Amino acid sequence: MRKIRSRLIMIGVLVVLSVLALMPRNVTQRVVDSTTGRMKDTTVRETPINFGLDLRGGMHLALEVDQSRGPVPDPAEAIRRAERVVRTRINEFGTTEPVVQIVGNNRLIVELPGEQDPARAKGIIQRTAFLEFRITDMKNEFRDAIPQIDGALRAAGVHAAGAAPASTVSQLFGGDSTKDKGKGKGKGKAAAADTSQANQAGALSSLLFQGSVPGEFLVPEEQVSAVDSLLARPDVKRLIPRGLDYKWGIEVESRGARSYRALYVVEEKPIITGDLLEKATARRDQMTNQSIVEFVLSRRGGRVFERETSRHINDFMAIILDGRVQGTPPVIKSQIGQRGQIELGSKPLQEANDLALVLRAGALPAPLVIVEERTIGPSLGKDSINDGIRAGIVGVILVVLIMVVFYRLSGVLAVLALTLYVLFTLAGLAGFGFTLTLPGLAGLVLSVGIAVDANVLIFERIREELQHGKLVRTAVDEGFTHAMTAIIDSNVSTALTAFILYLVGTGPVQGFAITLIIGIAASMITAVFVVRTFFMIWLQRRPDMVTLSV
Amino acid sequence: MLRLFANANYDFIKWRRWAYGLTALTIVPGFLLFFVHGLNYSIEFTGGTLVQVETVQPVGTAKLREALDAAGIRDAEIQQFGAANEYVVRARLAEASANAEGSTQSTAHAVSDALTAGLGADQFKVLRVEAVGPKVGRELQSKAFLAILFSFLVTLAYLAVRFEWRFGLAAVLATSHDILATIAFIRYLNLEVSLVVVGAVLTMVGYSLNDTIIIFDRVRENLRKFRRQNLYEILNLSINETLPRSVLTHGTTMATTLALVLLAGEVLRPFALVMTFAIFTGTFSSIYIAAPVLMYIEKRWPGEDARGARAFRATGAAPTESRAPQAEPTTR
Repeated sequence: MRKIRSRLIMIGVLVVLSVLALMPRNVTQRVVDSTTGRMKDTTVRETPINFGLDLRGGMHLALEVDQSRGPVPDPAEAIRRAERVVRTRINEFGTTEPVVQIVGNNRLIVELPGEQDPARAKGIIQRTAFLEFRITDMKNEFRDAIPQIDGALRAAGVHAAGAAPASTVSQLFGGDSTKDKGKGKGKGKAAAADTSQANQAGALSSLLFQGSVPGEFLVPEEQVSAVDSLLARPDVKRLIPRGLDYKWGIEVESRGARSYRALYVVEEKPIITGDLLEKATARRDQMTNQSIVEFVLSRRGGRVFERETSRHINDFMAIILDGRVQGTPPVIKSQIGQRGQIELGSKPLQEANDLALVLRAGALPAPLVIVEERTIGPSLGKDSINDGIRAGIVGVILVVLIMVVFYRLSGVLAVLALTLYVLFTLAGLAGFGFTLTLPGLAGLVLSVGIAVDANVLIFERIREELQHGKLVRTAVDEGFTHAMTAIIDSNVSTALTAFILYLVGTGPVQGFAITLIIGIAASMITAVFVVRTFFMIWLQRRPDMVTLSV
Repeated sequence: MLRLFANANYDFIKWRRWAYGLTALTIVPGFLLFFVHGLNYSIEFTGGTLVQVETVQPVGTAKLREALDAAGIRDAEIQQFGAANEYVVRARLAEASANAEGSTQSTAHAVSDALTAGLGADQFKVLRVEAVGPKVGRELQSKAFLAILFSFLVTLAYLAVRFEWRFGLAAVLATSHDILATIAFIRYLNLEVSLVVVGAVLTMVGYSLNDTIIIFDRVRENLRKFRRQNLYEILNLSINETLPRSVLTHGTTMATTLALVLLAGEVLRPFALVMTFAIFTGTFSSIYIAAPVLMYIEKRWPGEDARGARAFRATGAAPTESRAPQAEPTTR
């Protein structure tokens, strides 16, 4: 009797613990307020079972340092720094329970449950957000070098492919009244270059048109890649004046029927970079209806910026983000301190918000490339849960029917134990914080089938012992003891394979392995310990029982 | 009291040749197909892009093909997936183009752009995107291989501890048979081999081994209990004694896997199908492969339990095997 009581207490404790583990609780989530667009904390009550991305919908990304555009010296260190940056960005971006973690030594995993706009999220994560300010080629050194470059190209056998018709050139220049606004001293040379260009149609010069700002050139959109490859030639690179670099503009400009992209020749050394930036906010300018990102530099950044800008009054300053010049470089009218702004033109405010966010969070140490992506729509996840639950219910009903039909009252006891089994398994998942995935759901359903195996083994053994003419009590005892070795063997072998699956598997498969392992543990408790207790109570109440309903 | 196969007394070992024939008939053609066509690996392993879309109208794969062709996406494979208005577009990475990690990303984008152009933006919804770069694909391949290898080693080690090596070897051979049969099965139905299906195969390894262990456990017990009888009889006896348990356990497990096949949706179906077949073949091999193979092993390398293994028949039976009587009911 005392033995039964202590067993019942143990079962009771387990049940209470399981129920506690599964109790809905308050969870604080960071979400975007739909009215203000700001982040806020909300509290929701939910059952503490982690659903995998395949069940709740969302996005899983694996990123690595992109080495395709040049080697990165220490990818492991780069990914560690990238993790911090990405985490900051994601936290501000506002999804519930995001996961940012490093796997191995060079892979970053980002999981955003319930993400509705994968493209935008990817943009925020992947954007390098390297901001720099550089002075444009104020002395027109590059323009003066163009004839030499043309000459070198001619010598190398590269000729103007399809020189632009002269009319376009003149029209372009005619419409450009602000040309060489900053400094007039290069004008004569420019005219000389123009004539040489018209006469000889050099391979490079025929593709470039002087823009409105010193160091700015316009290139017909369809020739952008041609210019890019010309400038990348080693013999051309040598001729680009020392200390200068070239960057493409981000916007395409239409003039008449043709569209042009701006090429900016800028100083190689930035006057300041985004790592000295402290704050960035987006707003919409009421007057011009432009989206604007305002930024504030750190105190040190402010000093550097002040010193540099005071040296460059009346120069043009290109704002370069991730290698692309944003808008038209503004002229520096007076020295600038800690505050500045980036104009985004007619782009939507959300884009400005995103830019401000990534600027605040800082630049990635190296560009990241997505090596694996899984995005699951929330509706699909919901369908999967519903289908899985339906299959589970049908499976369990079938198992219950089989057990009750074959083992009658003993079967009923087994079924009672089975409900405890489901409770324990779910509580195990919730309590240890494991994640339930779609394959995990299958594992759960499957383990219900496997869970009754232990009971089947025991009951069959009891039947055999009864057949051998043993008393009910002895038969039950022997049934349990003799079936034990087989039960342990079978559970250990299944658990071992599940454990290996967990070790080498990825997300969903690990979920399967986990539910299987927890299921096995729970079934050992319920099928052996709980059912045994039920039998003990039964025999206790009917000590004179001659036949067992098994 | 409802009992199935209670006190059954079938001579299972006698039918071993038929069983070998049957299983060879399943496995060999399957493997011929396997060597000619290979398996249908999921993009997890090959690298590539999968886009699952739901259209407002059931437009049919031809219409989707048209939309993708118009956008110049040629190598994609389009398949109706579950419901009539759900489709899966798969673009596997060719071996040659394994250079660009980012290309899988752009493919996903290109597919949805192509469908927007071909069907209209409000006519479809992207339910799922998977894009796996070639590097991750190669990693998963080696991981799956490692998983299978390790599970074999670990179960071998476990068997070595629990049983004498002859039993262990027989159990491993039976399990190997199950893996071969399952590969043939996957090939017949041309199921997509994803990581989850590999998981199913590994679960099957555990399940089938477990079944064999339960029979062998009984064999070990009976060998000690019935000193008079030879191995042939003991094997038959043990299989018969465990038969009710086998039928019931496999019945319940199969009920759950069949429920998964029929109700759990398209994503889990390959997994559920493999599991269902695995239960079947695991049961079959435990009875018809593991037990006779144990006989052969005991005949070749006789151990202390090898009594009668050489004769390969029950005691007192006529020398011609075809006329061998059934094993005597056990004296109790």
